[in-house]
Amino acid sequence: MEVKEKMGRLENEEYIINMGPQHPSTHGVLRLVVALKGEIVQRVEPHIGYIHRGIEKMCENLTYQQIIHLTDRMDYLSAHINNEAVCLTVEKALEIEVPERVKYIRTIMSELTRIQSHQLFWATFGMDLGGLTCFFYGLRDREKILDIFEESCGGRMIVSYNTPGGLMNDIHPNFQNRVKEFLKYFRGVIHEYDDLLTGNVIFQERSKGMGVMTKEEAIAWGLTGPTGRASGFSCDIRKHNPYSAYDKVTFREILYTEGDVFHRYLARMEEMRESMNIIDQLIDNIPEGPFTAKMKPVIKLPEGEYFQSVETARGELGVYIVSDGNKNPYRVKFRSPNFVNLAPLNLMARGSKIADLVAIGGSLDLIIPDIDR
Amino acid sequence: MEFSIYDFSSFTAWIDQSLRAAMSPGMAVAIEMLIIGVAILIFYAIVGLFLVYAERKVCALMQNRMGPNRVGPGGIFQTIADLVKLLFVELVPIKNADKILFSLAPYIVIIASFMAMGALPFAKGLHAIDLNIGVFYLMAVSSMGVVGVLLAGWASNNKYSLIGAMRIGAQIVSYEISVGMSLVTIVVLAGTMQLSEIVQAQQYGWFIFRGHIPALIAFVIFIVASTAETNRGPFDLAEAESELTAGFHTEYSGIRFAFFFLAEYINMFIVAAIATTVFFGGWMPFNVYGWEGFNKVMNFIPPFIWFLGKTGALIFLIMWFKWTFPRLRIDQLLTLEWKYFLPINIINVLIMALIVLLGWHW
Repeated sequence: MEVKEKMGRLENEEYIINMGPQHPSTHGVLRLVVALKGEIVQRVEPHIGYIHRGIEKMCENLTYQQIIHLTDRMDYLSAHINNEAVCLTVEKALEIEVPERVKYIRTIMSELTRIQSHQLFWATFGMDLGGLTCFFYGLRDREKILDIFEESCGGRMIVSYNTPGGLMNDIHPNFQNRVKEFLKYFRGVIHEYDDLLTGNVIFQERSKGMGVMTKEEAIAWGLTGPTGRASGFSCDIRKHNPYSAYDKVTFREILYTEGDVFHRYLARMEEMRESMNIIDQLIDNIPEGPFTAKMKPVIKLPEGEYFQSVETARGELGVYIVSDGNKNPYRVKFRSPNFVNLAPLNLMARGSKIADLVAIGGSLDLIIPDIDR
Repeated sequence: MEFSIYDFSSFTAWIDQSLRAAMSPGMAVAIEMLIIGVAILIFYAIVGLFLVYAERKVCALMQNRMGPNRVGPGGIFQTIADLVKLLFVELVPIKNADKILFSLAPYIVIIASFMAMGALPFAKGLHAIDLNIGVFYLMAVSSMGVVGVLLAGWASNNKYSLIGAMRIGAQIVSYEISVGMSLVTIVVLAGTMQLSEIVQAQQYGWFIFRGHIPALIAFVIFIVASTAETNRGPFDLAEAESELTAGFHTEYSGIRFAFFFLAEYINMFIVAAIATTVFFGGWMPFNVYGWEGFNKVMNFIPPFIWFLGKTGALIFLIMWFKWTFPRLRIDQLLTLEWKYFLPINIINVLIMALIVLLGWHW
């Protein structure tokens, strides 16, 4: 009887395939159960939790300095921005004003992080659509940013450069030169990205009008970052609620109204250019001063609830800390952009082909460890 | 017997005569078949290995990489090392797979490509069977591979494999028409289907130059459609690795996988060789009327070098767009064929017929 009921749920001629947790197009251990009718996707069910490490729970037993190192492991492509989010929350709670120098360096590092994240997005998105060459071009340029990180932070991907009150250490003396060199180099080669993929007829045919989210839907589902802005939802935290040195620079919030795969891609391409403009405005004006504010060795937040959100490469990352006055937080909650951006996948992909599902999934630029945490 | 690298016909005739003098005619034919079979098999293996190496180097060139460079000078023994590895890899038995069809499939694919090899004119006289319907034979044989691929997808008992196999079924059946029609355009111009005569007719100018714009259109359609038919990027939907992991050969391992892999490269060689024979004068050297000195130099290069050189250039072209373009979607692929290539092709054949009737070609 039970079997029969289950069979009844499987509609006639429906073909269930299991994409992931080990599948080349899901960029990690996301599992999608896809119901197909021929090539047409009937519905998509994301199953998450394959890389759940209980980061939020672990935070409850760690000091605030230690939490930083866990946030690296959430969205590993926005590692620096995640660190910054926790630091900003703690600083806000303690009402500490960090030195100007720290603010500048944090902003530059964040924007470099954003560029390298979008470079990797471009690389893997091209690969999802079958253009394998993109992968190598994207990684070629990303390597240069990672070298800059390595010089100043010691780490390449998992940087852990921020600490409550400032930075772990000062920037390398060569930092400004390296960044300027990189900007000059990248401005010279970014047109290759457009030549190889953006202008390609096949690429445009495959991405235009696919997985459309209207502005209302984007707001209703809480899409943020380039994904939300491609639908016309003005949600850039850097613009609306500036933190660090974002109030000192002028930049454009990239907004499109179409909300399809192609414009999510374009939004990221334009953001890379905007990020370079932001760095341009800051890199020569880093003020002298200490690289950290005076902090006590043991940080105890006063009792209360604190929230701070930042703009990572994928959207709004919110950090919510409840403190009971101890050296450990009572409860930590991360509002991770990827978890929210994954939710409407079924809505977007329904009725399209399998190949479109891969393209739509790629255009959301999901990082699975950030979904599972 | 006089042996010349410009004309193999006296050499092959001498082999034939001496065999017939030594034994009964039936035995002589059997021995000749054996010689040809072994020769083609060796050539097949060499071309396969070389093309895999070439693809890696070309793709490395496109992608800012070095490519294989560890095994042997410039990595030339890399593919041989890979092949040896594949020979020793376990043939993983698949649960609930149709065992007979599963092991039969790679052989069908490889036999189809092997059969096409026999009808290609490599040089003057270096031509296993000169069928009077050579073009038709090549088309018929090269489309047989799809049976193997469909079997592979069905017998694997894997959902991804089945989707891949169904895709390639639709794809090859569609693009077969375009390949055929574009070859028909040239058959109309040449007035024969015999490959040796088609080559001979291009002595004073390759068909791509002589056939005006219709020949050029036919060539472009042929190269695109045959890329689709050999299942290479940007038309590699059947094995679209980002969607279907590896498509129809997901479940294959070891030497069976190597057969699919090898057949793909040989098919690429075959379509490039057909394009060379039909559009670019086969083994004919490049001559310009009136330039005596230039023609002498061109004629000095042996015919099989010409043949392999032209084929190699076309293979490079096919590799080039594989590593540049993203993949099409299945409905776009079929739209391209049925809505664009087929009507263009039909009109193209009619125009070519008109040109031939009015005698406008050179």
